[in-house]
Amino acid sequence: MKSLLGEKNVLDKQEDLLLYEYDGSVEKGRPDLVVFPHTTEEVSKIVKLAAQYELPVVGRGAGTGLSGGALARGGGVMIVFARMNKIIEVDLESQRAVVQPGVVNLDITRAVEHAGLYFAPDPSSAKSCTVGGNVAENAGGPHTLAYGVTTNHIAALELVLPDGEIVRVGSKHGGTPGYDLCGLFVGSEGTLALVTEVTVKLARKAEAVKTLLAIFETIEDASQAVVEITAKGITPAACEMLDGWTLRVVEDYVHAGYPRDSGAVLLLEVEGLTEAVEEQAAAIRGVCNQCRAREVRVAKDDRERGLLWKGRKNAFGALGRVAPSNYVLDGVIPRSKLPEALERIKGIGKKHGFHIGNIFHAGDGNLHPIVLYDPRDADQLERAIAAAREIIRACVEMGGALTGEHGVGMEKNELMSLLFSDADFALMRRVHDAFNPDSALNPGKIFPVNKGCGEIRIKRKELAGVEA
Amino acid sequence: MTATLDVPTRLAEVIGSKRVVAAVEELDTYAIDGLRPSAIVRPVSTEEVMEVVRFAQTEKLAILPLGSRSKCDLGMTPDRYDIALDMTGLREIAHYDPGDLTLSVDAGMPLRALETYLQQRGQFLPLAVPCFESATVGGSISSGIDSALRLQYGGARDFVIGAEFIDGTGQFCKSGGRVVKNVTGYDLHKLLIGSLGTLGVITRVNFRTYPLPAISGGHVTCFGKLQEALVFKKAVERSGLALANFEILNPHVAGMIRAILSRAGEAVSPELERAEWCAYSAFEGTEEVVSRIGREIENAARGSAGAPGRILEPAEDVALGGMLRESFEWLRWGSPASALCRLVFTQATEMLLTELLQLAGSTGFESAVIVRAAGILYFAIFAESESEEAIAALQTVTNGAMALARRENGHATLLHAPSTVKRNAARVNFSPSQLAMQQRVKAAFDPSGVFVPGRVVGGI
Repeated sequence: MKSLLGEKNVLDKQEDLLLYEYDGSVEKGRPDLVVFPHTTEEVSKIVKLAAQYELPVVGRGAGTGLSGGALARGGGVMIVFARMNKIIEVDLESQRAVVQPGVVNLDITRAVEHAGLYFAPDPSSAKSCTVGGNVAENAGGPHTLAYGVTTNHIAALELVLPDGEIVRVGSKHGGTPGYDLCGLFVGSEGTLALVTEVTVKLARKAEAVKTLLAIFETIEDASQAVVEITAKGITPAACEMLDGWTLRVVEDYVHAGYPRDSGAVLLLEVEGLTEAVEEQAAAIRGVCNQCRAREVRVAKDDRERGLLWKGRKNAFGALGRVAPSNYVLDGVIPRSKLPEALERIKGIGKKHGFHIGNIFHAGDGNLHPIVLYDPRDADQLERAIAAAREIIRACVEMGGALTGEHGVGMEKNELMSLLFSDADFALMRRVHDAFNPDSALNPGKIFPVNKGCGEIRIKRKELAGVEA
Repeated sequence: MTATLDVPTRLAEVIGSKRVVAAVEELDTYAIDGLRPSAIVRPVSTEEVMEVVRFAQTEKLAILPLGSRSKCDLGMTPDRYDIALDMTGLREIAHYDPGDLTLSVDAGMPLRALETYLQQRGQFLPLAVPCFESATVGGSISSGIDSALRLQYGGARDFVIGAEFIDGTGQFCKSGGRVVKNVTGYDLHKLLIGSLGTLGVITRVNFRTYPLPAISGGHVTCFGKLQEALVFKKAVERSGLALANFEILNPHVAGMIRAILSRAGEAVSPELERAEWCAYSAFEGTEEVVSRIGREIENAARGSAGAPGRILEPAEDVALGGMLRESFEWLRWGSPASALCRLVFTQATEMLLTELLQLAGSTGFESAVIVRAAGILYFAIFAESESEEAIAALQTVTNGAMALARRENGHATLLHAPSTVKRNAARVNFSPSQLAMQQRVKAAFDPSGVFVPGRVVGGI
């Protein structure tokens, strides 16, 4: 590898490799070798070389993922795309940008915002996570409620297959004849191919934005408001919920102006034409008032807007102050079941002796229950895992899914059978094998490996700032 | 298929004679490009579908799943076609949660009936596809054909959230789910969209639904020259106004629409009578939003080189909007022998369009061009008969359009043509590796090739 890439682009000392043993989850998997390619051709050569020695290969962006997708579960070669970080082309007219996978999510927006354009997927790690990682995980974020997740904003991909072949799927304008391979590869968590170039669609910034904070006495009222907003067909750009306990922790740390004595707040954003924004904001206010909101505040300017969002975006950092460790679950439920889901989560927490906080994308039913625990206490750890499994099971029972945006990875692969049958797995496996027949790429992810339970792992305190 | 196998009789043994049809006159109505199946099967349950697929797999027969057959001539001529699997007997709404705006519906459900059902709850599915009156959910998804509301709501891939289907091994499989945000497992349902029945039999599709807009509006304006219309298009795009649809029609298309609407006794906007390029904008929302967009479009039209333009009367808008949803249908039957292509470019430039029109002009036949937003073009030429000369001319133009698409890094799909033209059409230029990837997907879903081979471009 050193002769292929040069000494400075290869890490093989244990103390260096240790840094790549973690991602944003607390799964672990140490690579035997970390390499930093600069070009697609280098990626192809690395993959071929690794194949010669039968070493598995895993791709990694910034390592902010929350399901262990970018960890070397089976050791082997880790390809870090950090140095493939060039924006290759920006076509403002066609609203497209062609970028290397190591480009940071927010840097795309920075490169095009002068023209009133932006890259819509906005995971909270947008300041550090990479586009390649976003593609692999089909990343979401608060504003996916109105604009969709990563897959809705990808036009084309260049990929390196496990045999080193370089292929392209999709096209600059979007679709291609034949099967929608781009749709298959986005969200395949690095288990089918390595992404070496991404053509993203750029969205046009809305002319008007309004950010509202709806304050409720109880979480039941707040969740009922979400149900009503959804059922009335109002589509805010974002609709986030913080329960009373969580917002107090956040407020103490961030001072975003969330009222400490409330039961829950909804952070809502509406975007679009000025007229539409006014109407939607009024409609939301009406629904919230009907659901007994104590108050609905509207951010007066960008500063206030920024402050309201700062609370949401730094919430996980704030939680790090109150418990040795916390772990964030990622489940999805039908939005009409939100009150029931929160009730069940509370009950599950009580049963296992935890307080479970809730801070999540309420508008699309994407829950992030947070269990606070002390990892030094083996009993607590066990109970936390049991509670987590029960919550995910409850999501599935209510008609939901295992993960809304964090991915399956090695965190939930053993839970996949809650949703999928043997026949489903057989087909998914055949699709996997069609591209990655020897599991050379990212082995041990998505599919159950029958390792038993305890797969929902724990999020560490030091992950402050890297979250949903 | 073995020569001695009596397919209808054997099928009747498998799922009962009530479900099997073998009358020649009925078989003829299921023929594709002159290929007639040996039997039609009309299952009423997922289990029956599985039985048929397993039977076909054992007997090495080729199955084509079908809905109302309104668009079944899409795609290349299949290599083999033994069993027509008519899915119209599966038509239940399995799940509808209006509060969550999610819907799960059987493949055979007609879109029109579904629309009526959803309307009662103030919702709809933005699947505004041609042949709307007869089309089924499964057929529409499988055809992959454009929705006229794509500009605002995206294509099916943006609002199909899951699917259930029978794969080529006869197993019941599913992908995605019933929630609007979900990254659990591979998005296999995306592969089914536009797969033309070659990967599996779609039995159920899960959608996110949308609230019905309060009102909608339409605007039309005319231009003497194509270039002026394209400048207007650019101005509208740059305005950032969220339109539901935007289309530019060449003078011949405007004339065709006028003729069809007049015959049907429907409202015809006078702009269609001017034998000019027409630009149609559709928009929806609340009253204030619609009037704001209308005003801005009117301003843009006034600032353009064309006629001042006009907000359409509701009846005119419904009529014209409906016609444009159906353009695939009347373009393909626009003459006794027509060829219809869908081309996609990053930008539909004047140079490209001029070249296309010259290509058609060289034959002396009338031609139709519809420029949709997002670089999509519909291009048709109309021959008066299937004479040898006419077929040769259609072939030349079709191949020319495909070559143009290749040259400009775009894509062309032949949506309709006489079967000889279709058979000889220049095949899509997949690179060997791209073709191999398509084939690998097909082999994963359908290892023994039970779903009509040869139907997807590239001969897959």
